[in-house]
Amino acid sequence: MSVLVDDDTRVVVQGITGGEGKFHAEQMIEYGTNVVAGAVPGKGGQEAAGVPVYDTVHEAVEEENADTSVIFVPPAFAGDAIFEALDADLDLAVAITEGIPTQDMARVNKRLSETDTRLIGPNCPGLITPGEAKLGILPGNIFSEGNVGLVSRSGTLTYQVVDNLTNRGIGQTTAIGIGGDPIIGTTFIDALELFENDPDTDAIVMCGEIGGEDEEQAAAFIDEHVDTPVAGFIAGRTAPPGKRMGHAGAIVSGSGTGTAESKINALNDAGVPVGDTPEEVADHIEEFLG
Amino acid sequence: MKLHEYQAKGVFADAGIPTPPSQLADDVDGVVDAAGEIGYPVAIKAQVQVGGRGKAGGIKLVEDEDEAREAADDILGMDLKGYHVDRVLVEGAVDFVDELYVGITMDRGEGKPVAMVSTKGGVNIEEVAEEDPDAIAREHVDPAFGMHPYQARKAVYDAGVDPTVARDVSNVLMTLYDLWEQKDGSDAEINPLMVTADDEVIAADAVMNVDEDALFRQPELAEMEEEAASGDELEQKADEYDFDYVRLEGNTGIIGNGAGLVMTTLDLVDHYGGEPANFLDVGGGAKAQRIANALDMVFSDDNVDSVVFNIFGGITRGDEVAKGINEALEQFDEIPKPVVVRLAGTNWEEGMEILNEDLVTVEETLEDAVQRAVEYAEEVEA
Repeated sequence: MSVLVDDDTRVVVQGITGGEGKFHAEQMIEYGTNVVAGAVPGKGGQEAAGVPVYDTVHEAVEEENADTSVIFVPPAFAGDAIFEALDADLDLAVAITEGIPTQDMARVNKRLSETDTRLIGPNCPGLITPGEAKLGILPGNIFSEGNVGLVSRSGTLTYQVVDNLTNRGIGQTTAIGIGGDPIIGTTFIDALELFENDPDTDAIVMCGEIGGEDEEQAAAFIDEHVDTPVAGFIAGRTAPPGKRMGHAGAIVSGSGTGTAESKINALNDAGVPVGDTPEEVADHIEEFLG
Repeated sequence: MKLHEYQAKGVFADAGIPTPPSQLADDVDGVVDAAGEIGYPVAIKAQVQVGGRGKAGGIKLVEDEDEAREAADDILGMDLKGYHVDRVLVEGAVDFVDELYVGITMDRGEGKPVAMVSTKGGVNIEEVAEEDPDAIAREHVDPAFGMHPYQARKAVYDAGVDPTVARDVSNVLMTLYDLWEQKDGSDAEINPLMVTADDEVIAADAVMNVDEDALFRQPELAEMEEEAASGDELEQKADEYDFDYVRLEGNTGIIGNGAGLVMTTLDLVDHYGGEPANFLDVGGGAKAQRIANALDMVFSDDNVDSVVFNIFGGITRGDEVAKGINEALEQFDEIPKPVVVRLAGTNWEEGMEILNEDLVTVEETLEDAVQRAVEYAEEVEA
C-alpha cells in the first residue's frame, strides 16, 4: 500500500523534451512508473523517452488518460505549466522546478484552493512508492519497500535519512519531498494526514528545517490527530540568525518562531522525538517498530 | 536581492511616491556640493545594507558646511558592522510631526501578500511586531486581483492614521503594492513615512528586496544587481560563482548539495565538537568545474583548517563530483588543507573509482566524515 502514487498512476511529463525532463522520464520508466505521455508546446506528434508527446496537457489527458503530471518546465514558464495541470483537472501535479518566482506561486496557490488537484512542490525531489512508482528525481535504488512514511522539506536530506533506514532493513511506504519554498502545495499536515489514514504506514519520519512555521503547525496537528508514531529531524540548528541558508524558506527571523529550537520544542511537546543526527532518527523508528 | 536605499528611493520616486530631494556622493567635496544645492539642513546617510545605520553612526543630520565636511569625513570610509562605506546619500532633512510605517511582504503562512500600516514608524518595526502586534494593521491581498483601494483605506484607518493624511497614505500604500507586484518584490517598505506640519507625506527611507528568481523578467533591476552586491570578499566571490554561501566563524569548511543536507552537515560538525566555517551549497546537478570552484572558495577562507565534502547524489552525480575534486586538488604541489570526502547516491561507486585517494580522505558515512574533518581541524589548531 502507499499514498498518492502506485503502479496504476498514469503520468504525463510536462517538459519531457528538455534535458532534465527526458533523462528523468527515462529514469522513472526504468523504475517502473507508468509514464504514458509527454506535454511540450510545439512538440506535439513527436516521441520522447518512448512515449508520445502532445502540445497540451489536456490532449494527454484525452488521448492517454493521464491523471498525474510531473513538471520539469524551466522556472519562467513553470507557474503557467502548473496552471495548465490544474485546469486539466489532474489528480496530482508534482512540480520539480526550482526557482519559480514567489509571486507566481502565490497566484498558483490561490487557484489551487479552487480545484481538486493536489500539488506537490515546487522545488522538490518528488515522491516515491518503493517497488511501484517514482515521480520526480529521487534516486530509486536507495529506497526499499516497507512500512515507514516519510515527509521532508529537503531533497538530499530525504536521501540521507532513507539511506539510514534502508541500511537497517527498514523500508518505506511512500516518501514525499514537499519542497522548501515559501509557498508550496502539499504541506506537512497534508502528508501526515495521508500517512495516518494509510493502514500500511506504521511509523512516520518528518524532516524539517529552519524558517517558516510549518513544523510548529504540524506538531500541533500531530498532537491532536496523529496516532501513528512520528520521529522528527530539524536541519539548521547551527544556522546564524538573519542569514539566508540556500532557499528563501530558510530565514531565521530571530523572533522566537521559525528557529530550530522552537520547532524541536514544539515537536517534543507533541510527543515526537527529534534526532540530533539522521542515525538517531533511524534509532527512534527502530524502537517504534519494535 | 536587496537594493540600496538610493536605488529603492529612485524606484519609489519614479512611481510617484514623494521622496526628499537627494544626491549620491562619494567624497567630501561631493557631499558639500550636493548639500549646497539641496539646501541645509541635510541628512548624510551611509549607503550600506545593514539595519540600524543611525545608531551605528552611519547617519548624521548637519546644519551647515563645516558640519557637513566633518560628518562626510567621518562616515565615508568607515566600517559599519563589517561593511565599508564608500558612498553616502545627501538628502534634504524633513521637518516632521509624525512618523508612520507602511510595508508590503509575502505572508508565507497564508500564501498571500500582506499590506501593513502602523503609526509607530521611525523605530524598529520588528520590535513593534513582537511587543505590540496590534499596533500594526494588516490586510491580506488576493494575489490574483491585486490590492483594492478599499483595502488600502481599511489598513490606514485600522492603524489609526490621522484622517487629514489618510487619503495620501492610502495612495502611497496602493502605489507601493503595485510596485511590489510589478517589480517582483519580496519586501517593499517605507520606515519612516514622515508627515509634515503641512500634512504632506514623504518617504524618508526606502527598502526594496527583489525576488532573485524573478530577475529574468526585471531587466532594470537586474542591472542594479552588481551595484547592490554587498558582503565581504568571500561572499562576493560566492556571488560570482553563483553559490549559496554564508561565511561563519569556525574552522571546518563544509561543501554539500542541497540546503537541508548542508545545514545538517553544519549541525553535525557542531554536534561532534567542531565549528562550521561556512555554509556552501553547490546546488543540484553540479558539474566538475563547479565542484572545483567550491573548493577554491573554501580554501580562500584563511580560517578554514579542514574541509568536509558531503554529497548525496540525486540529480548530482558522484563521478562528476570526484572529477571536480581531483581537478581542484591536482593543481597543488601540497594540498593546503586536508579534505574529507563522503559520496553517496547517484553514481557514487563510479565516483569512488575516479577519486584520487592520495589527495583526500574518504569516509563512507556522514557521521564518520564529519568526525574526521573535525579531528583534522583540531590537529591544526593544537
